[in-house]
Amino acid sequence: MSLNSRHLWHFHGGLKLPSNKAVSTTRPITRALLPKRLVIPVQQHIGEAGKLLVKVGDSVLKGQVLAQASSYVSASIHAPSSGKVVEIEELPVPHPSGLSALSVVIETDGEDKWIELSPLHHPNTKSPTELRQLIRQAGIVGLGGAAFPTAVKVNTGPQAEIDTLIINGAECEPSISCDDMLMRHYASEVISGCGLIQYIVSARHCLIAIEDNKPEAVAALRAVITEKALHTIEVVVVPTIYPTGGEKQLIKVLSNKEVPSDGFPSDIGVLVQNVGTAVAVHKAICLGEPLISRIVTITGEGVQQAHNMEVLIGTPMSELIEQSGGYHEDAAKLIIGGPMMGFTLQTDHLPVTKACNCLLVSNAAEQIADAMPCIRCGACATVCPAQLLPQQLYWHASSKNFDLVQEYHLFDCIECGCCNHVCPSQIPLVQYYRFAKTEIWNQERDRIKSDHARIRHEFRQERLDREKKERDEKLRKKKELLAKKKIAEAATKETVGATTDIDPKKAAIEAAMQRVKDKKSAQQTESSNEKSTQEQ
Amino acid sequence: MTILTAILTLALIAALFGLLLGYASVKFHVEGDPVVDKIDAILPQTQCGQCGFAGCRPYAEAISSGEAEINLCPPGGETTMLALSDLLGVEPLALDAEHDDIPEKTVVYIDEETCIGCTLCIQACPVDAILGAAKQMHTIIESECTGCDLCIPPCPVDCIHIKPVKVEPDTWRWPLPDHVSTAPQAG
Amino acid sequence: MQFKTATSPHLAQQNSVQSVMYKVLLAMVPGTIAMVVFFGWGVLVNIILASVVALSCEALMLLLRKRPLKPYLLDGSALLTATLLALALPQLAPWWLTLIGTAFAIIVAKHLYGGLGFNPFNPAMVGYIVVIISFPREMTQWVPPLLDDYTLLTFSETLRVIFHGELPLTHGWDAITMATPLDTVKTQLGLELSINEIENHKEYGSMFGSIGGFGWEWANGLFLMTGLYLCIKRIIDWRIPAGIIAAILVLSNLFALYDYASFTPPTFHLFSGGFMLGAFFIATDPVTAATTTKGRWLYGAGIGIFIYIIRTWGSYPDGIAFAVILMNMTAPLLDYYTMPRAFGHRWNEFPHHHLGDKDEE
Repeated sequence: MSLNSRHLWHFHGGLKLPSNKAVSTTRPITRALLPKRLVIPVQQHIGEAGKLLVKVGDSVLKGQVLAQASSYVSASIHAPSSGKVVEIEELPVPHPSGLSALSVVIETDGEDKWIELSPLHHPNTKSPTELRQLIRQAGIVGLGGAAFPTAVKVNTGPQAEIDTLIINGAECEPSISCDDMLMRHYASEVISGCGLIQYIVSARHCLIAIEDNKPEAVAALRAVITEKALHTIEVVVVPTIYPTGGEKQLIKVLSNKEVPSDGFPSDIGVLVQNVGTAVAVHKAICLGEPLISRIVTITGEGVQQAHNMEVLIGTPMSELIEQSGGYHEDAAKLIIGGPMMGFTLQTDHLPVTKACNCLLVSNAAEQIADAMPCIRCGACATVCPAQLLPQQLYWHASSKNFDLVQEYHLFDCIECGCCNHVCPSQIPLVQYYRFAKTEIWNQERDRIKSDHARIRHEFRQERLDREKKERDEKLRKKKELLAKKKIAEAATKETVGATTDIDPKKAAIEAAMQRVKDKKSAQQTESSNEKSTQEQ
Repeated sequence: MTILTAILTLALIAALFGLLLGYASVKFHVEGDPVVDKIDAILPQTQCGQCGFAGCRPYAEAISSGEAEINLCPPGGETTMLALSDLLGVEPLALDAEHDDIPEKTVVYIDEETCIGCTLCIQACPVDAILGAAKQMHTIIESECTGCDLCIPPCPVDCIHIKPVKVEPDTWRWPLPDHVSTAPQAG
Repeated sequence: MQFKTATSPHLAQQNSVQSVMYKVLLAMVPGTIAMVVFFGWGVLVNIILASVVALSCEALMLLLRKRPLKPYLLDGSALLTATLLALALPQLAPWWLTLIGTAFAIIVAKHLYGGLGFNPFNPAMVGYIVVIISFPREMTQWVPPLLDDYTLLTFSETLRVIFHGELPLTHGWDAITMATPLDTVKTQLGLELSINEIENHKEYGSMFGSIGGFGWEWANGLFLMTGLYLCIKRIIDWRIPAGIIAAILVLSNLFALYDYASFTPPTFHLFSGGFMLGAFFIATDPVTAATTTKGRWLYGAGIGIFIYIIRTWGSYPDGIAFAVILMNMTAPLLDYYTMPRAFGHRWNEFPHHHLGDKDEE
């Protein structure tokens, strides 16, 4: 293995973990069988759910849009195979909560017939904006696990100048090997995708970071780079320390720069994309294919055969396990993602989504060991890659002091699980942090809602007051009018009566006096009106 | 003589501190801060009146004038009580036993079959979340409903029902770990 | 298929409180053996007595506090407290002294503050301070180390002394006990003798051995070695003992340079009394120590400074217990002001909900 000459830096803490990757890299990537039913959750990404374009009974072709990105931070989803939409319902999705979400169910017809694709043979003739549009249409999201819409991420804005594009092939979590296998088998696609993203964000150079436990992947990519004589793309071998593959940690290792806590990598001239995303970008632009499949690692001691599979989005996990020889008898936990950050699922009757990189079936004997009290040993702080004080975060999260927990930078925590792993008291630290984070978000939602309710309530109060005032005013005016009429009538009567026995001169005077009186009284009411309005 | 020295010293010290206090009260004078607004900002704004006041603002005014305790808001639950205790620097109080720590959020919906279009609920809704007109069917704008349930008593045909707000994967919250025996106790 | 759910990470954890405690206990074995060899069976009797008392008190308190017995009795923390306290007590201390010290350590210093993990002060040192303040005379019943012209008490003689206060017929108290080197130096310096004169005194000079007191230097040396091993294995944090040793070296060198006749040399400080035991095994108690990197340096240095001050100018011969307890008090403050800069932040932003806030547990 040839190492790079590039100088590398370290991030604070981290762990050396057993990689457990070899078991799943001995066999080639197999293509999962086409399932009868595909269940495609409408929201598989960070941001807003797409707007449905199909209804039950529609026939769809492979690659046809099922839901269109509804806003800027959103992603489309596509039919992974041809068939008929048979159901649009709330169905269980792979999520730690085990809850359901709106999903489109397609009954496949076995023909796997594509829509008409429009591959782009010379992408460099298009503008970055046009290419970004293609990425957006293809529904690409970050395939490293975060599932953030890629079209948004590569739109770094006019101010940010991207110096370095980092393609993340570190894959630091133990057990997962989908990126490793992808780089070995789709090396030229990876490089092509790197070039495209580099062009879109006009990055000066591109670094592909790979941990030193994947020499085959390094060799495969380097071969392609040499063959194509690319000078701006470089493969960098980084030491295997968990969590090197974390975006901020990787940037630190490669450039010694820290992404500001409240900023983005683009603020320091860096953009990070996963290798899988790079391949998806290549497919979207050069082949015109939307994101409808991904590579998933099936591994763990609870499954018969560990390997990597190319899987259509929406394929039930149970079928993948079946095609991997089924479970061992002692299979205990089904984990989506790796052993450090993944979450457990209650059932395998769930679809594979865009973010699903690994299915880990563990047979770990249930750890009944009760957590002991914190002995303040500080091991957690020693390994924390975000340089936080996990212990303090734990104290304040457990006492629900959400202000203080934020002042100890809870939201800089990447939930990597290092602190949890080294804790001698075996305190479920990460869950405390997740609890605190979701609780804070919830309070924020509540606050927004209550502010909204307050405004509506105040508005209503104002409206009621105004209506009441208007009603009173109307009533008063009517009464006034009535009173005036009466006076006027009385006056006419008098005048009429007077003309009969009093001489006209006198009558004229009296009439004039009456007019003055009227005027005065009118003025008086007016002023009293004003007064009353002022008082109001 | 000694006693005179002692008295003089004490008097001097008293005068000095008096001046200091006086200076401080001028220098660090705090404008009558709008504590009612701050309390009101913490309250959940359901306007439900379960505290015994005619809405959140009146309750806030009552708290600030010392007429009401801080633990009377069932929709706010423990979170609101703790926030109030934090803001006002008073001891946290236990909530009434019948209220859970974290109240389940609810909204109401109108059984549109039964609704006779009497508009009584519309008049009762503190946040104008009910849409409808006389002799027309009414409906509740769910996103605006605060779950105060004030519309339920006036309804002559009992067509308004309570339902919990649905938890989506987006709004789901991680539970506090079940680790009670060793975790530090709050309070 | 249905599965159990659990929170991440899912990798089996190797570390446990129990293994940490037992590794530390194990590392104390060589030094303890050396102490038994040089100072007789009393050392062992004290340890066993203290352990029995500690476990009983622990069980009693756990029952009263309605906590599960098994995990806490087996975690080794009570045993560790007992052993540390027993090693700090004079070898022929009467049984009730050990009992009172240990019981106070476990019941008051540990459990009344909330048990394992919640005690602000090192329980063993609190127990030690209680007995040294309450029973200063009994706390001088130190055995002179095994020297040429002297044989140690037998096991049964030791038991009789400790439990019945019965002296062997041939000996008086003066014969079987004597002041420690630290104590002797302090007394004799007070009598205007120079260090050189003290070390070469015909009556007691021989007990000074070659560096830190005969016997003591062996125990200290062994505690140093096993302590270093624990540091390398990252079971204890190396910065605390490093801070203590550095502070002692700096101060003792400075003063010895100023006046070598009236200030003890650095080697004597490092290898006499319970210094290495204190530096590597007592001060490193994680519960009561500072937790940040910088904080641990300062914490260690503070202990070193206090040890030097108390040994040199204080009224007690050794100052480890007082130094540790004094620095225990500062640990939260040190932690607060030595918070590391979080990743992606330009500088330390101290939480403004400051110390002493009612939410601080």
